[in-house]
Amino acid sequence: MANVFAYVETRGGEGRKAGLEAVSAARLLADQTGGGEVHALVAGAPGIAGQSARLAEVGADVVLVVEHAALAHYNPEAIAATVAARITSGGYRAAVFSATSQGKDLSPRVAAKLRAPLAPDAVALAVDGDAIVVRHPMYTGKIIGSLKITASPALLSIRLGAIPVTPNAKAGRMEQVQPATDPAAARVKVTQVVEGNTGKVDLGEAPVIVAGGRGLKSADNFKLVEQLADSFGNAAVGATRAVTDEGWRPHSEQIGQTGRVVSPELYVAVGISGAIQHLAGMRTSKTIVAINKDKEAPIFKVADYGIVGDVFEVVPALAEAVKQAKANG
Amino acid sequence: MKIAVCIKRVPVMEVKFAIGKDGASVDETGLKYDVNDFDLWAVEAALQLNEKNAPGEVTVVSLGPDAAAEQLRKALSMGADRAVLLKADKQPPDGLAVAEALAAELRGGNYDVIFFGKKAIDSDAQTVGPMVAELLDLPCVTSVFKLDIAGGKGTAQRALEGATETVEFPLPAVITVDEGLNKERLPSLKGIMAAKKKPMETKPAQIGTAGVTMAKMELPPERGAGRIVGQGAAAVPELVKLLQTEAKVI
Ligand SMILES: Cc1cc2nc3c(=O)[nH]c(=O)nc-3n(C[C@H](O)[C@H](O)[C@H](O)COP(=O)(O)OP(=O)(O)OC[C@H]3O[C@@H](n4cnc5c(N)ncnc54)[C@H](O)[C@@H]3O)c2cc1C
Ligand SMILES: Nc1ncnc2c1ncn2[C@@H]1O[C@H](COP(=O)(O)O)[C@@H](O)[C@H]1O
Repeated sequence: MANVFAYVETRGGEGRKAGLEAVSAARLLADQTGGGEVHALVAGAPGIAGQSARLAEVGADVVLVVEHAALAHYNPEAIAATVAARITSGGYRAAVFSATSQGKDLSPRVAAKLRAPLAPDAVALAVDGDAIVVRHPMYTGKIIGSLKITASPALLSIRLGAIPVTPNAKAGRMEQVQPATDPAAARVKVTQVVEGNTGKVDLGEAPVIVAGGRGLKSADNFKLVEQLADSFGNAAVGATRAVTDEGWRPHSEQIGQTGRVVSPELYVAVGISGAIQHLAGMRTSKTIVAINKDKEAPIFKVADYGIVGDVFEVVPALAEAVKQAKANG
Repeated sequence: MKIAVCIKRVPVMEVKFAIGKDGASVDETGLKYDVNDFDLWAVEAALQLNEKNAPGEVTVVSLGPDAAAEQLRKALSMGADRAVLLKADKQPPDGLAVAEALAAELRGGNYDVIFFGKKAIDSDAQTVGPMVAELLDLPCVTSVFKLDIAGGKGTAQRALEGATETVEFPLPAVITVDEGLNKERLPSLKGIMAAKKKPMETKPAQIGTAGVTMAKMELPPERGAGRIVGQGAAAVPELVKLLQTEAKVI
């Protein structure tokens, strides 16, 4: 019976959904490998211990708290050193990270420090005898690989939204952990974090995404996309590379081969042709809707529902109808 | 300045892939190859940095089969000065094993900056850059879309989910490059001619032991083509109904 480690991502003193998903994934692995404990590590400025209760609710037996003034922002070097030291001393079977900007920065550093195998960006996990097997989309989503790790500790990072957060209350015994290196002496320093689109859901977490393409014709016209997103209430705005190249929207909203990879419940593609590099970022969405004036546009080949028409006519009508449906539903 | 860039030979993705006979590899028949997208931006970043800090030298390194010489040649024709091919016919699906081979080559090279792509579009792993940094004990900033290096230190910006992070670091350092940092230059005819005479060294790759193996590769289920609900705004009520009753997403 082996314990499993989870790294809980925080930003600005707050836990993030990604962190809860990491704990849930660790719980799953612990339960499938004989019912060991889940140890969740959370790091931040003094006060971050306040996140513990929430971690216990989703399955953390032990919450490892690392508090230091110089951990107010993500501190890659000090956190990697501390996490690596803890994984070594804890003798874990596996360590779970989030496949987010932070987790993808941290997990390879830890893997290299420990000379431990890392399976990145998992969309599903399974225990197969004495091995851990993760499914990982590769080749711009055109191939799904099953990566297998037999050794301990097995490191893995899980894609946002891949593992549901499930209530599973555990003790959440708190334990203070000292940073393994002085966070204030780190060579790499995060000096500023600027929140964009405050109050809006992130693309990786949004259940609905409304994405706009060159068919919108200008930055200004993106207000139609925003209005449609608002009508859903919980939608994020995405864009194609044609749009980010034009500077109509920031690159952080680009979806595709070289942008974000997303998999929402509903993806609405507005004035998007459906180039293969764009499909690479959204083809695993549960339901896809496309609005395009060209009935031959390739986006219709992957869309569940299509409307052939002018975005300037269809999108405002759709926004209104969705608002109505929400109000009545 | 001495700058290194690690570039990977990857298949051109505009094809229908097939799985190899062993069920755990890609059938390479008929595939075309190019330099990984992000690595082209990494090469461009290196060239620009070198131009600002001349005289200097840009070394490109690739681990791959003999044919990866084509990708190194492309980087040379863009303006890199010399190339190293770490020869390996097969690459394990383990970023750490690859990182160890690259680190063995880069160690002792006295590079001021080592650039990587944010990710290789075939492995889609996003692990090799920071692993090499760790193996060489160098400061590292990943997924950089804005970069400013001067006077032995640098400032970079990277995208988080819904936010932007500003990071400061000293040189020497490892940087992994995201889209948006630059647009890569096309090799000029003169560059292509010059590249033929630039040095390219080939040596066996010292790949580490792989702790991650590929148990299986599969093609994702095809998305069945859906239906056109209708034309223009008149189709909106029907679409909303389908989203409510069939897809159940409203
Ligand atoms: C290496 C590489 C990486 C790439 N990475 C990405 C990536 O990550 N993400 C990405 O998106 N792209 C990426 N691309 C670019 C991709 O190939 C396409 O060029 C891009 O996705 C096209 O964007 P678009 O659909 O907005 O524009 P277009 O292809 O120009 O399509 C616009 C669509 O709008 C429709 N339209 C026009 N007017 C109207 C109207 N009034 N009403 C309704 N419909 C209208 C048109 O019929 C057309 O289908 C990459 C390309 C390369 C080479
Ligand atoms: N075989 C290779 N040869 C040279 N560089 C590589 C190789 N594999 C990965 N890299 C570098 O590491 C980056 C990240 O790759 P990955 O971690 O596989 O997504 C790439 O963009 C390259 O810069």
